[in-house]
Amino acid sequence: MTVIPSIKSDYLGKLAEQGKRIDGRRFDEYRKIEIETHVVSKAEGSARVRIGNTQVLAGIKMDIGEPYSDSPNSGVMTTSAELVPLASPDFEAGPPGGRAIELARVVDRGIRESQIIDVDKLCVVPDEKVWMVFIDIHILDYDGNLFDTASLAALAALFSTKVPMDRFKPLFEKLKDTCPSINDYLQQHPTDYPLPLREPPISCTSVKFNNVVVFDPSLDEEEIAEGIGDVRSHGARLTVATDEKGHIRAMQKGLNGSFTKEEIQKAIKASIDNGNEIRQILYKSVGKK
Amino acid sequence: MKSDIKLIDGHGKRLDGRKADELRKIKIEAGVLHRADGSCYLEWGGNKVLAAVYGPREAIPKHTQNPLKAIVNARYNMASFSVEDRKRPGPDRRSVEISKVISEALERVILIEQFPRTMINVNIEVLDAEAGTRCAGLTAAGVALADAGIPMIDIPVACAAGKIDGHVVLDLGQKEDNFGDADLPLGLAPRINEVILLQMDGHLTMDEFNKAFELAHHGCLVVSEMQKKALLEKYESVVQPEEVVQDVQPEESE
Repeated sequence: MTVIPSIKSDYLGKLAEQGKRIDGRRFDEYRKIEIETHVVSKAEGSARVRIGNTQVLAGIKMDIGEPYSDSPNSGVMTTSAELVPLASPDFEAGPPGGRAIELARVVDRGIRESQIIDVDKLCVVPDEKVWMVFIDIHILDYDGNLFDTASLAALAALFSTKVPMDRFKPLFEKLKDTCPSINDYLQQHPTDYPLPLREPPISCTSVKFNNVVVFDPSLDEEEIAEGIGDVRSHGARLTVATDEKGHIRAMQKGLNGSFTKEEIQKAIKASIDNGNEIRQILYKSVGKK
Repeated sequence: MKSDIKLIDGHGKRLDGRKADELRKIKIEAGVLHRADGSCYLEWGGNKVLAAVYGPREAIPKHTQNPLKAIVNARYNMASFSVEDRKRPGPDRRSVEISKVISEALERVILIEQFPRTMINVNIEVLDAEAGTRCAGLTAAGVALADAGIPMIDIPVACAAGKIDGHVVLDLGQKEDNFGDADLPLGLAPRINEVILLQMDGHLTMDEFNKAFELAHHGCLVVSEMQKKALLEKYESVVQPEEVVQDVQPEESE
C-alpha cells in the first residue's frame, strides 16, 4: 500500500470539513467519464472506460456450454476481474485475492440482478446447449473507484457484443446430427447478431471519511477511507446499482467503517441521480437512444 | 429466478407459517469449544453455525503485521455437506467475499489499536445451511468475540430482510431466498446504531428499501438481546458455583 503522507491526509480532511475536495469537485460529482468500445477485435465485445485517471478494459467472450440444471433454458454469465500489476505498484501477480474477487462479484451482482442480459434468449438447444457469456475485467491504471469504472466497462462491452454465430458454424454443423432441434435456432439467427440486452443498471460508489461522503473517490480519498496510517479512521465504502426507474438492484458496503441510516438513504438518492447521468453517457457512446 | 411457488398466502402467512415481521427460531450458546479462546454455537432456523475466536496472537505471516493495530481475519467456511448439492471443500469466490465483508465489519467494533502486530482469527463454520448464513455467521462471531474477552465498542449482530411476492418481510427462509425478489443482509453495531455490513441483491424501490431496512434493523435489535442473554447465561453460571462453595464451607469444615 502506498502511504499517503499524513500532511495530505490532514489537508483533505480539513477541506472536507469545509465542503471541498482537492480537485475542486462537489461531494457528489464524478470525474470525467470516457467510454470507447470495440477496442479488442478478437473479443465478441469490448470497451475501455476511463473515470479520471482510472482506466479499465473489459472484454466479452462467448462460448457454447451446458446450462445449469435449475435453469435448463437460460444462458450463463460469469464475471472475473484481475488486478494486474501494470495498473498499480500495489497490485501483485498471482491468483485473484479478496479484493479482486469482491470487485468481480459486485460487478457481477449489478449486472445479474438487473437482468440486463436476457439469458432466456441465449438458449441454443433446450436442456442441452446454451450460450455462456464471460465478462473479463482488466484494470489498466488504478486511480480510485474501480467498482464504478469496472461496472461501466462491463456494460459498455456488453452493448458492443455480437453473438459469434459465424465463428461457431463448424460446431453448429456437428450439433445438427445429435440435436436436430438446433435448426430452429439457426434459422432464426443465420449470422452474428447483437447480444439481447435490457436496460442497464448503473453502479455508483461513494466513500466516507472524516464524516463526509464523497462520490467517485480518487485514490487519495480511498486510501484515507481505508485508514492507511490512521487506525480508527472509520472510513467506509458503499456501492449502489440502480436502474432507469430509480429502483435499487444491488448494494455492497465495504471497508472497516460504518454508515448511519441517513447516510445510506442520501447515498442511494445521489446514486440514482448520478446513475441517470452516467446512463446517458453510456447510451451516447454505444449509440443507443 | 421466476417460479410458480406462492411464498405468501392471502392472510399474509409465509411458507413456514411465519408473519411478515417474524424471525425464525434462534438458539445461541456461548463458550462451547474447549480449545478456542472464545466460541459460540448458533442455530437460526435451519442454519447451524459454529464460531471460534483465536487471538490476539502474533500475526503470521510476519509481513501482514500492522505496527498500529491488530488485523482481523474472519474465515467464513461452509461444510461440504451443509447444502443440497455437495459443495467442494475450501474457499470459493462467494466465501472469500463473505469473509472479507465480515472481517471489515468486525474491525469496526473491535478495539484493534490495543493489539498492534497481532491477528485475531474468527473462524465461522457453517455446518447446516438454510439461507441467511452470513448474518448467522456474523452474529455468532460477535458472541464468540465477547466470550473471548476481546474488547469491543459493541457486540456486532446481523439480520436480513427481503422481498417475496412483492411483500417486504423479515429473515428470508430457503425458498424465500431462492425464489424471492430481493435480499438485504444488514449488520449492525447496535449501541452506536451504525451499519457495519450491508449487501443487497434483487429489486427494491426506495420505499421498499426503507421498509426492509427498518425490519432488518428491528431484527438485529431482537437478536442482539438474545446474544447478551446467551453470554449472561454462560457467565452467570460461572459465578454461581463460587457462591455455592461459600455456603457449604462451614459444613465441610465440620
